[in-house]
Amino acid sequence: MVSPRTAAAIDRVKASIESEGVLSISGIRKEFPGVLALDDVQLRIRPGTVHALMGENGAGKSTLMKIIAGVYQPDAGEIRLRGQVVVLKSPLDALEQGISMIHQELALMNWMTVAENIWIRREPKNRFGLIDHAEMARMTAELFDRLNIKLDPRAQVSELTVAQKQMVEIAKAVSHNSDVLIMDEPTSALTEREVEHLFAIIRDLRARGIGIVYITHKMNELFEIADEFTVFRDGKYVGTHSAHDVTRDDIIRMMVGREITNMFPKVDCPIGDTILEVRNLTLPGVFHDVSFSLRRGEILGLAGLVGSKRSNVAEALFGVTPAESGQILIDGQEVQIRTPAQAMAHGMAFLTEDRKETGCFLTLDCLENIQSALITRSHVKNGFVQQREVTRLAEEMAQTLRIKTPNLQETVENLSGGNQQKLLIARWLLTKPRILILDEPTRGIDVGAKSEIHRLITELAAQGVAVLMISSELPEVLGMSDRIMVMHEGHVSGFLDRAEADQVKIMSLAAK
Amino acid sequence: MSSQDITARTAPHTQRRLPTEVNILLVLVGIAAVFEILGWIFQGQSFLFSLNRLKIMILQVSVIGIIAVGVTQVIISGGIDLSSGSVVGAVAMVAMSFAQVSTYARAVYPALTDLPMIVPLLIGLGFGAIVGLINGWLIAYTKIPPFIATLGTMVTVRGFAKWYTKGQPISFPTEGFAWIGSGMMPVLIFILVAAIFHVAMKYTRYGKFTYAIGANAQAARVSGIDVERHLIKVYVIAAMLAALAGMVVAARGQTAQAGMGLAYELDAIAMAVIGGVSLNGGRGSILGTAIGMIIFGVIISGFTFLRLDAYYQEMIKGAIVVAAVVADVHRQQKRRKAS
Repeated sequence: MVSPRTAAAIDRVKASIESEGVLSISGIRKEFPGVLALDDVQLRIRPGTVHALMGENGAGKSTLMKIIAGVYQPDAGEIRLRGQVVVLKSPLDALEQGISMIHQELALMNWMTVAENIWIRREPKNRFGLIDHAEMARMTAELFDRLNIKLDPRAQVSELTVAQKQMVEIAKAVSHNSDVLIMDEPTSALTEREVEHLFAIIRDLRARGIGIVYITHKMNELFEIADEFTVFRDGKYVGTHSAHDVTRDDIIRMMVGREITNMFPKVDCPIGDTILEVRNLTLPGVFHDVSFSLRRGEILGLAGLVGSKRSNVAEALFGVTPAESGQILIDGQEVQIRTPAQAMAHGMAFLTEDRKETGCFLTLDCLENIQSALITRSHVKNGFVQQREVTRLAEEMAQTLRIKTPNLQETVENLSGGNQQKLLIARWLLTKPRILILDEPTRGIDVGAKSEIHRLITELAAQGVAVLMISSELPEVLGMSDRIMVMHEGHVSGFLDRAEADQVKIMSLAAK
Repeated sequence: MSSQDITARTAPHTQRRLPTEVNILLVLVGIAAVFEILGWIFQGQSFLFSLNRLKIMILQVSVIGIIAVGVTQVIISGGIDLSSGSVVGAVAMVAMSFAQVSTYARAVYPALTDLPMIVPLLIGLGFGAIVGLINGWLIAYTKIPPFIATLGTMVTVRGFAKWYTKGQPISFPTEGFAWIGSGMMPVLIFILVAAIFHVAMKYTRYGKFTYAIGANAQAARVSGIDVERHLIKVYVIAAMLAALAGMVVAARGQTAQAGMGLAYELDAIAMAVIGGVSLNGGRGSILGTAIGMIIFGVIISGFTFLRLDAYYQEMIKGAIVVAAVVADVHRQQKRRKAS
């Protein structure tokens, strides 16, 4: 029997969890070198609810979730779990305190069985101190029964589908008796049926009183599964509302509305004839029936959220990962582009999204970085690079782009992000491209360098270069583009003219 | 005004660094000085000022130095080649079998004796090229790690060397063939090879592409470089240089045995690493490796000079290689912190 006093205490805790939420955070601030990722952010998750997190790319959702899951430490702010202030030192610590995260890239051990993955570090032992596999399988089966998951506990994880792996992760979280479950875009790789099953499980977890944080870009999911939602924008808290009394447009309006500052104004320049035409470009499972055309002097902005496969289209155009069907026409002639070298032969250039991964040669000097694309096609005689001429061209380009480095012999890893980006632009400008594909040309660089790059893109367009510019920053897309193409999950969801485009219209197309 | 941007505005942490080769040269001077001092203390004589000792020292390391020139290119491209020692053994056997004199009654190919020196030389280089093609193809197109691919060819090619004459050594080369290993020839060949590839790595497209692929293969691909084809070239060159080394060894000893060149690949890798070639790829030079080779030679002949037991020498050699890799990792970390 519980004494009246204890019962009263329990009631008080229950009441406080009801009002404060099972998890409540406030004043969270997180700074990375040069970027304020989160600024005075709050969030309150009530038990037995599904709480959706919404926001554009780079709004700070993922950073916040990593803080809640113990991956990052906040620079300031307070995290309360069941009313108590807690410090989450590591993902393991967060897990032990009752917070589970299901990662976008699933974190299971492929070569072990389902049961081994769930009970790792907590394996049941037999009397010899060895792992009792029979007992472990029984415990797993019991857990799966409760969750209505149909999976063989002894199956090897590498054999499972993405959806099944997710089930395993959810079961693992439940087995830890977690109070809070974080799901980061869980449906991005699921079929419709699998999504239904996942939602059934989520509703069941909700009925058990678990607080579920659900990150998504998909509006329809929000209306189907969420009870409440919170919107972030540029690392700031915008608001929390019930999911039952809002419309799509309300949410979009909360998500956009980023301020347009430090933009180099676009100069209108004459647009020439069509240089690139893409018809029904398809890479099965990635993007489908992508068609568009691009004209000389035109800047075509390409907008879309994470998972819209914008970059994959660019990679296909440039032959990095070619498409499987569809046509690419340059100057009206159909061309085959299977390698970057072939794309370059047609006058294309491609500034990739990830400077460090696919752009810079960090261990080499500036000169080598600038000349690498040029010398694949010209300025080589009998195998020898015509270094004097190439160096002169590189120096001129470095001056035109105002690359700040003591000299071109400086190793690139010592340069700032903005200068590295300019260096890569210099690399491609040396090849005198007619079609320039830019994937996030100003990501992660400071404001000054940003507007210089904007000015440069505009100048190139004025010289007749056709530009395809992928960007996650709506102000950049709106400010720079003559036309805007929006993608959603591998499909083109619409085109907008410069005159009619605004942030709400783009987001409506991007977040169907 | 724009030239000012280039010269005047120096970022805070970009003070001019000396080339890595200078540091390695300083290490060489330091080690030589230590042996000189120890020489006067324990042996009562100079270590360095003995022309004969220096000659032997450089001869000892030149053959492996030839291999190291190729291995350096492989490592700069971001790979590794473990097959070079086996190529030495196999090519020694194959080339020698086409280089025998007719006066020797039990030649491998009695009908093919007294051939001009160029014949076994080309056959040996051709054999090396085939091994290199296999290495390069495996690495570039099957995408298996270079370590595994070349470990496989290392074992297979050594097996081939033993099978070739069922383990019998091959001897009695023509004077012409023996010439390439005589006197200071190994040193001359090393210098020639090192000079050619120093120029190739610094001034030709081949060299630029090799560095680019080792620094960032993805970025190299996007720059329009045919990464796969280029890697095959690099492994072919490395294996041909190992083949050349094999023929020099056989010619010098005037005999070929299947076990020749055992563990040479490790010494060659050690020379490159001591010479500042980064095992992560994209960093290092032939000049550095040449200095690394001399450091290697100074240490070995220094120990011999001090009459240190050969067993100790091997153990210390291993420790030096590990120390060089640790130094490389440490340099990388320091750079990462700086940027």
